Amino acid sequence: MIRRRELTAPMMAVRTAVILFVFVIVFTGVLAGAYLWTKPALEASAAEEKMKLVNEVLPPGSYDNDLLADAITLAAEPLLGIDDSSQLYRARRQGAPVAAVFEAVAPDGYSGRIRLLIAAAHDGRILGVRVIQHKETPGLGDYIEPKKDKNKERPWISQFTGLSYQSLAAPAWRVKKDGGHFDYLAGATVTPRAIVKAVAKAARFAADRRALIYGEESTAGAAGAENQGESK
Amino acid sequence: MIARSELRSIVENGVWKQNSSLIQILGLCPLLAVSTNAVNGVMLSLATILVMAVSNVAVASLRHLIPHEVRIPVFILIIAALVTVVDLAFNVFLHELYLVLGIFIPLIVTNCIVLARVEAFAARNPPLQSTLDGIFMGVGMLWTLGLLGAMREFFGGGTILAGIDMVFPGLQPLQILPADYPGLLLAILPPGAFILLGCMIAWKNWVEARAAARKRALTVAAAHSA
Repeated sequence: MIRRRELTAPMMAVRTAVILFVFVIVFTGVLAGAYLWTKPALEASAAEEKMKLVNEVLPPGSYDNDLLADAITLAAEPLLGIDDSSQLYRARRQGAPVAAVFEAVAPDGYSGRIRLLIAAAHDGRILGVRVIQHKETPGLGDYIEPKKDKNKERPWISQFTGLSYQSLAAPAWRVKKDGGHFDYLAGATVTPRAIVKAVAKAARFAADRRALIYGEESTAGAAGAENQGESK
Repeated sequence: MIARSELRSIVENGVWKQNSSLIQILGLCPLLAVSTNAVNGVMLSLATILVMAVSNVAVASLRHLIPHEVRIPVFILIIAALVTVVDLAFNVFLHELYLVLGIFIPLIVTNCIVLARVEAFAARNPPLQSTLDGIFMGVGMLWTLGLLGAMREFFGGGTILAGIDMVFPGLQPLQILPADYPGLLLAILPPGAFILLGCMIAWKNWVEARAAARKRALTVAAAHSA
């Protein structure tokens, strides 16, 4: 420790404060340096991660545009359960809209929010659902992740694929226990119930808000909306 | 360099005598949260070993510059800054490993065992000894959390090494109990961790009591024969 010479108390205090300050400056500098140095690589790998997730819900060959660049920012959307703005990515093939990829939240999981990534085709059909983040009980409620699902052939989460809000009536968007269409695993019904509810709402969003998603307000204003969407 | 007896005492303290989870009972929060299976427990411990070694060596090198009165804020500053740097560097250079270990690194910042070792050891000892202390305290945590995790997943779901395929793709968890084992939710939830940790502490105390009794018997016998 510091050798103590004959110093008055106030001088000691100032000295200590100065040393503390120098430490703060130095280590803040270290942090800033590390951040700036790793930033480009981190951004690249974040985009790669995002694409990996997107590829899980949307077959990579089904579109030909740079999906991450064709994004719109959605305002807080109750149908998606998100109380903040979120990004929606649009997949196109030769300029024609194919699908949209967006996030949805099931707020009422067994332990907290379950974040989902959903791909919906232009006609509103669900193309794929993946859980991005959840805190469900390990070994019990976590079969919603295909990686942890014991049924590898047909993971639980895949039963949404191909459904749409038009093809399945509203009362059927429930787990079988509640008289609906969807399977669940005994012992953990809160989790699938929450996800089915969230996906049902998201399917409604995909079907009803096509204008908002693809920027095709009406046939006349389509060109203008398209440009607006691209400038974002 | 380092004397053999000193090395021995650092290893013994870290792995057994002052075991962070069984004796010091430090870092209970990550312990409860992460020991739901053996793989998670081991992975968190590996990340902790790295962070403890780095923060111990940094504090030990700077220990003569740190005023005693403000040592705690300075330690926290150093630990937080270094953990963040480790986190960033990990992400860039060992991205595959980061995907597995990465979620645990922010948890480590809250682990008081790091601050405890910095305060109790690194602030008073040279860098080499401090690095070893960090590593072996982490090793002590590693076997404890690994064992606790293995027990919890065994009682909870009948498997051992669930999630191993996320670390080594291709390996499969061992299903020990039959697949229709109904599971014991208690073991997976936090109270299960407390109960099993209590059993492990009792086991360690029993082992030590037995060793002490045997030693006493030996000295008594030696005294009689003399």
